[in-house]
Amino acid sequence: MSGSAPLPEVAAVHWRQPADARRIDARGRAWTATTAAHVTPFVGASALLLALEPLTFPVGLVLIGHAWAIPELYAKRGANVLRRKAKGTAAAEQTALGLLGDLVGHRSREVLADTGLLVERADLGTWILGPAGAVLVREGTSRVHCYCVGVDDPDLPPSDRIAHLLLALRANEQSFATVANLAFSGAAWRLRRRLPADGRRALDAALALERAHARERGRDGGVPRPLGAEVAPAPD
Amino acid sequence: MSRLIRMDHTGHTTVAEWTSEDTAAQEAAVTAFREQLDSGYLAMVTTGVGHAEHVRELPLEADLVILRRPIAGG
Repeated sequence: MSGSAPLPEVAAVHWRQPADARRIDARGRAWTATTAAHVTPFVGASALLLALEPLTFPVGLVLIGHAWAIPELYAKRGANVLRRKAKGTAAAEQTALGLLGDLVGHRSREVLADTGLLVERADLGTWILGPAGAVLVREGTSRVHCYCVGVDDPDLPPSDRIAHLLLALRANEQSFATVANLAFSGAAWRLRRRLPADGRRALDAALALERAHARERGRDGGVPRPLGAEVAPAPD
Repeated sequence: MSRLIRMDHTGHTTVAEWTSEDTAAQEAAVTAFREQLDSGYLAMVTTGVGHAEHVRELPLEADLVILRRPIAGG
């Protein structure tokens, strides 16, 4: 999927390195390290205050609250990439949905009808495509990368917006990830609880597809990386 | 019957149609195709399951050619 010619849109972000698997994983680790760097001082200060003077525990609680809120706000930013944009007329959306349905398989059509979001398996993992962004569930993991990416035409119906992203993704996945702007990277469970119900169902479908793919690779003699718990809390 | 369609505010619009026998329709389709590319659209054909590719010349043998706008990071 990434062996074909780069997307023409890459020329607009020529300074960016191609977003291959190694770079995506490295950016994910950097994101986690940055989040930890934001959170640790609050936790440390809270512990220090409590050790020096137990009566300062209300201040410590406020600091812990800050430490909790920072990754939650990041996750909310990630969830926003899948928000629905109610643009265009119902007739236009029906027409666009017909074209999009023709481009995908039966299982993807089911998820699309249920959630309004499209799940697409690719080389880097499983993507969830929405009208204004995309979420990548990295291959063999339950880590997600949320991207803001879309088409700058305010009149397009939502399904046409998704079709734009789908065609670009299928033409060159690395280029697609290069053009898109990273909004969040972290554990799927952290993103999941910030998503609306339809987004959660789409994420569950993507995680299930990723697990099934890992099992297939295992049967075929591949060595898939172990899957994390689907939605159980795990370190970011 | 082959079709050149453009994704737009109506869902999609058929820009041109042609058959392998109708050379006049083919020429009209090629002209329309170039006009669309000049106005900023990108042309794509699906190539098998789960794949697509950009084209700069109208592939007259294709069943469906889709015109889309460029994408960008938000």
